[in-house]
Amino acid sequence: MILDGRAPTGPIETSWDKHRFDMKLVNPSNKRKFKILVVGTGLAGGAAAASLGELGYNVEAFCYQDSARRAHSIAAQGGINAAKSYPNDGDSIYRLFYDTVKGGDYRAREADVWRLAQVSNNIIDQCVAQGVPFARDYAGYLDNRSFGGAQVSRTFYARGQTGQQLLLGAYSALSRQIKNGSVKMFARREMLDLVVVDGVAKGITCRNLITGEIESYWGDAVILATGGFVNVFYLSTNAMGCSVTAKWRATKKGALMANPCYTQIHPTCIPQHGDKQSKLTLMSESLRNDGRVWVPKKAEDCARHPGEIAEDDRDYFLERKYPSYGNLAPRDIASRAAKEQCDDGRGVGESKRGVFLDFQASIDRLGQSTIEERYGNLFDMYYKITAENGYERPMRIYPAPHYSMGGLWVDYECMSNIPGLFVLGEANFSVHGANRLGASALMQGLADGYFVIPYTIAPYLASLTPGQVKTDHDAFKESTENIRAEMDKLLSIKGKKTVGELHRELGNVMWEDVGMARSEASLKHALKRIPEIRDEFWNNVNVTGGALELNQQLENAWRLADFIEFAEMMATDALHREESCGGHFRVEHQTDDGEAMRNDEDFCYVAAWEFKGVDKAPELHKEPLKFENVKLAVRSYK
Amino acid sequence: MDLTLHVWRQKGPEDTGKLETYKAKNVSPDQSFLEMLDELNDDLIKTGQDPIAFDHDCREGICGMCSQVINGRPHGQQELTTVCQLHMREFADGDEIFIEPWRARAFPILRDLIVDRTALDVIMQAGGYTSCHTGGVADGNTLLISKPVADYAMDAAACIGCGACVAACPNSSAMLFASAKVAQLAVLPQGKPEARRRVLAMTEANLSEGFGNCTNHYECEAACPKGISVKFIAKLNREYLKSMIPSAME
Repeated sequence: MILDGRAPTGPIETSWDKHRFDMKLVNPSNKRKFKILVVGTGLAGGAAAASLGELGYNVEAFCYQDSARRAHSIAAQGGINAAKSYPNDGDSIYRLFYDTVKGGDYRAREADVWRLAQVSNNIIDQCVAQGVPFARDYAGYLDNRSFGGAQVSRTFYARGQTGQQLLLGAYSALSRQIKNGSVKMFARREMLDLVVVDGVAKGITCRNLITGEIESYWGDAVILATGGFVNVFYLSTNAMGCSVTAKWRATKKGALMANPCYTQIHPTCIPQHGDKQSKLTLMSESLRNDGRVWVPKKAEDCARHPGEIAEDDRDYFLERKYPSYGNLAPRDIASRAAKEQCDDGRGVGESKRGVFLDFQASIDRLGQSTIEERYGNLFDMYYKITAENGYERPMRIYPAPHYSMGGLWVDYECMSNIPGLFVLGEANFSVHGANRLGASALMQGLADGYFVIPYTIAPYLASLTPGQVKTDHDAFKESTENIRAEMDKLLSIKGKKTVGELHRELGNVMWEDVGMARSEASLKHALKRIPEIRDEFWNNVNVTGGALELNQQLENAWRLADFIEFAEMMATDALHREESCGGHFRVEHQTDDGEAMRNDEDFCYVAAWEFKGVDKAPELHKEPLKFENVKLAVRSYK
Repeated sequence: MDLTLHVWRQKGPEDTGKLETYKAKNVSPDQSFLEMLDELNDDLIKTGQDPIAFDHDCREGICGMCSQVINGRPHGQQELTTVCQLHMREFADGDEIFIEPWRARAFPILRDLIVDRTALDVIMQAGGYTSCHTGGVADGNTLLISKPVADYAMDAAACIGCGACVAACPNSSAMLFASAKVAQLAVLPQGKPEARRRVLAMTEANLSEGFGNCTNHYECEAACPKGISVKFIAKLNREYLKSMIPSAME
């Protein structure tokens, strides 16, 4: 099937304004008759629930954590982009649009990216009005810093806790609506099924994580804002509870999963130590503003103290390879370059999988107190984890799975191919193409939640009679029964391996075979191994405890079961995409100097996969991508 | 290193609960405290015992989900550190470690080390926001905010809402938590129009949710993993006092 994203045509500069006018509205007095379910309360979900509640819709919001304020958006450190051009350095909406399309290696939908760039400025204003304490200069004006993949300073920040402050802003707006009664909050709920009636999304089935009860909720529309899936690698920078479950359950009900092979491996993470680690910790990309990345030129120097290695014996490989962007090369490129140096035997640290991030030059230039003010909390965090002082010796960093550009397929109005199912933020696929630029995730989450969905949900709702399907419908009963049966099955296996052990096994396969460099052989190996792990899971996992109680092993087992099924689709997508673009690097497709080689002739499309059953190959649907404003070109940061 | 752990086990809110003793063997100093518990849990599962339930999520000290009292101190002995960022190198071979949940009337225990902190959300719902609508706001640079004021607001806003302040307080007061939001919004021009209503509503919610009042023990600041200062409680008290005299809020 050829998919149509229904993006507006005509001049891009007016596309969103025109589309906003063309969309139908819901009469203010009718809004309260519609019930909207929002799953996930991060930047996208929290902002959506608050804004829709404020408009007068009847909203129910769900999260698996104990409070809406804990969603993993909170961990974003560095900042949020906007095209304000306050520093007068040549920025514009058009440039942000252009940088994002290029940064995504020409695999995003132009109109969606334009809209994102256009509303980026509203986001900053909105957050300021909420009381988000963005960094200010001494005159009281908003301050900016630079991020990877851009030659302008357009990133707004709140120390190293920008995600936290933006999320708390959205959470405060949500709290206000909860108090007003327009939003009902359901914390500690895990969505386990999408209820579809006559092909239309009409509700969800959840497990109450405290009591273990399986619960049904109906809605005239369902919004998924459930984040990314990189915990499929086991070790990642995501929170422990981040999962593919809500998205995968929707996929199993017919929603298309787009570009699952586009995963971002973030260059500045603290290297893994030992085999008992449970997660990896990211340090903001903003560190690359003032830190220089290097490895020793000679492999025999790698074990020496970095301070003893002479300047001439250091290879500042990003500055060498990409002189115009230097240490601020985009994430996919910086990560692969770090991997190359380590593969070349010049990695540092115990595992030899690490490169230095050195602040000495900046400390000499600006003084330690300036560096402390900019990144103090990151240096503290680094110290707590590694017991090393980053001011005195260079930090060690290594790439780690961080973000998924791929996600559920949506059209321009953020609606999936299942009518009534909308997908926002990291959970959808639409704006980052094959690689996301730094400080753009926060921008997208809030854009979708505050400024896109409040408009784009209206035409869908305006076509409905509200409340036609409620939880007494047979579809809810059927869903509940299926989920209960699945739960009983998980609890009855009583095998020998723990959920953690099997997740580690899956993670190893995904990291080695579907990680930073993928080959036909590695992907075929993964496609052989994943079903084996799936079989072992369903025959040999040990999930302790009962159904009707707080049972964290059961929660983890369920998430892992979905990761295993999803992993196969991810590897299938990576195998089919015979090109290298952004975060997807196929070793067969590279230039002589190791840069990614795109194939626009054959792969300039969104790959949207339809689930056909476990053990069956998914079916590929394509949405061709047209570039009418940004010329397809080799993406160069040299 | 080998350790002896005494862990609070409680099946549910109605259960009485008690400390159980476990051995943790071959613990690596580079492991985090929660990774040590993960491994213990895997051992418990393999020997047919119930794993220990504990809240955690981001494991990088920012989400505020983890909540354990370790050897009598919320988040353990390392200053400015959440449990998830506490590493085993802070302990020595042969140590005995006592692990308990947050204890406060407003935080009922759900299971083992997991408590219900909904009461903190209720305090925020009482007034922890500016009542601005989405859209239709002024350009961010129309409001000039001097750097010291922005920094003060950010110091307060750094609260992660974990509840360690409540667990540390002999009165189980959530005053540090509430004051951080009151102070952040009271000094910013965006928050001033509602400052009076906010301080009254949030203080009232603190009491009605079952938290105690502040009697200046400063245990909250000592336990806070983000170093939120008690000066914000003083600020809350000033705001509260001013709220009695509406003209003083100008």
